[in-house]
Amino acid sequence: MDQIFLQTLLLTDSTLRLAAPLVLAALAGLFAERSGVVDIALEGKMLGGAFAAAATAAVTGSAWIGLLAAIGFSIGLAMVHGFACITTRGNQVVSGMALNITVAGLAPTLADAWFGQAGRTPLLGEGARFTPISLPFAETLRGVPVLGPIYAELISGHNILVYAAAAAVPLVAWIVYRTRFGLRLRAVGENPSAVDTAGISVTAMRYQALIVTGVLCGIAGAYLSTAHNASFIRDMTAGKGYLALAALIFGKWRPVPALCACLLFAFTDAVQIRLQGTSLPLIGTVPTQAIQSLPYILTVLLLAGFVGRAVAPKAIGTPYVKER
Amino acid sequence: MIARRGELPGWVDLGLLPLLNLLAAFVVSGLIVVLLGENPFRAVELLVWGAFGYGEAIGYTLFYATNFIFTGLAVAIAFHCGLFNIGGEGQAYLGGLGVGLVGLYLGFLPFALILPLAVLAAALFGGFWAFVPGWLQARRGSHVVITTIMFNFIAAALMTYLLVNVLIAPGQQGPESATFAENAWLPQLHDLLEAVGIEIPFSPLNLSFVFGLLCCLLLWVFVWQTRWGYALRVVGQNEAAAVYGGISPARQIMLAMTISGALAGFVGLNEIMGAQHRLILGFTGGYGFVGIAVALMGRNHPVGIVLAALLFGALYQGGSELSFDMPRISRDWVVVIQGLVILFAGALENLFRPYVVALFARRLPAEAVA
Repeated sequence: MDQIFLQTLLLTDSTLRLAAPLVLAALAGLFAERSGVVDIALEGKMLGGAFAAAATAAVTGSAWIGLLAAIGFSIGLAMVHGFACITTRGNQVVSGMALNITVAGLAPTLADAWFGQAGRTPLLGEGARFTPISLPFAETLRGVPVLGPIYAELISGHNILVYAAAAAVPLVAWIVYRTRFGLRLRAVGENPSAVDTAGISVTAMRYQALIVTGVLCGIAGAYLSTAHNASFIRDMTAGKGYLALAALIFGKWRPVPALCACLLFAFTDAVQIRLQGTSLPLIGTVPTQAIQSLPYILTVLLLAGFVGRAVAPKAIGTPYVKER
Repeated sequence: MIARRGELPGWVDLGLLPLLNLLAAFVVSGLIVVLLGENPFRAVELLVWGAFGYGEAIGYTLFYATNFIFTGLAVAIAFHCGLFNIGGEGQAYLGGLGVGLVGLYLGFLPFALILPLAVLAAALFGGFWAFVPGWLQARRGSHVVITTIMFNFIAAALMTYLLVNVLIAPGQQGPESATFAENAWLPQLHDLLEAVGIEIPFSPLNLSFVFGLLCCLLLWVFVWQTRWGYALRVVGQNEAAAVYGGISPARQIMLAMTISGALAGFVGLNEIMGAQHRLILGFTGGYGFVGIAVALMGRNHPVGIVLAALLFGALYQGGSELSFDMPRISRDWVVVIQGLVILFAGALENLFRPYVVALFARRLPAEAVA
């Protein structure tokens, strides 16, 4: 019994760690897509952020300066996306793809040239990364049955970016549903001409949304390279940006359902890591690849309307042309 | 895909603008080389030498170009129907699986039978992997972009599973299949030409290159010379008009996606049957994504696609040579160029257009009025 409890606890704990970057990236995508801009470049912005954070932290020795660099670089990429999609009214999917590919090449190119370690950045020392924080009384309360271990193992002992991701969900929900900015954001993705008629600039709204997207993607990237790992590795996002996009769609472009989708996807990942090579009773060995592809298969099924229905913001993907 | 015909002379629209976009991408790529502390002009010199300087290099350039012809055509046919197929990577992967199964299990047949079977298998497997997203868009309303992205990941997981657990050669450490029997190898051009007495240096360049050019011709005939191609283009340009004209958009979408996937699947012929002669992990190496750049550069026309495929083939081959001579520039720099070409030729295609239009409006006032 105790063993099962402990295992569940550890599994949930690693789910949280794996979910943090997904949550941040999915919320990032929420701002872009709710404003009417398709963003398949979450992947690229995360990867760029991961590189900027690790490279800057390696040089300055400060994880916080690394985080700022990640946010800055990610906003820069978001602005290129904005310029292509909003200002020149280019194809949003093409622009996103272009950014993903450019960053996938640029990050290892720069890492190679600057640090000479075959596309990686140097391993970060203690101060240059975000380390686990022990919440107050974690050790003293550990002895308390059930609640003690939950507090000590599950709630305490994460790095600050995990807590930031957790805090971001209610914050984003509040911004999107309870503030003027949120109302305009939702409106501009559904009916931009109505927003324009009300005297609000569609262009400015969409650029603002993309800045928020950049900030959140930057944090997600910094999490990967300076909190979850201790250096930048080539292609270290490994599709997490696309997975976050899938989670966003799975959550029907809403913060809390998107969080649930991220937790589900992270849980499948955690299970997959745990199950590697072990044989289950009745089922036998489950191929890890089957579990790995589960989030993608689920998203396809959802989009096809076999499990619920996902309706995208109405104006998504269409550049706004003001009537003359 | 904003095309405003008649605004500019054809040679500007099809020649000058793409060149301007390409130039912009190259300038930014050059600036990155400067940032890395190398001389960009020297880099270009090394790159061109590495791609065309000697026989072996040309062979490799054309070998890579073959992959890009297939994936470029695949993206283009989908574009003509108004669809964006990002799934070339997964479709090429599955196409390779089809070719691999023929090579592994039907290797006892004579080559004359294996060849059409392999072509068919590549088309069927790749086509199926694109048909499903096409069907989902046509009948269930899910967007083909997201579905094809998901299908890329599912394909990768499937292939890893098959290679690790099923197709792995006995006693093999890494996940790769057994080597095919030699009569299931696609003849490489240096062998073919040697048979008729012409000596060219060794390279993996094989018959797929010729097949790729044939596909270009067939695609041109299909898209512009048949009523099927016409129906497909009508759906791409105006779905309402298509319905009014009695064309079923759903059928055209499924058809375009299936052809697109089949074309992407032919990468398997070149890579698996022509070069590797066994199934390996990750042989698609991003070719499916480069196809987007190729189609955008080539303006979705077979002639443009061949030229763009040659350009990217040269970048691939020259880029790897360059990284030997300039250690500060890694192979990844070529990936940056690809990304920038997609950015400037695709997403920012309207960047220079207004200025060029203004320039021509001033220079040709009479024509503009008429």
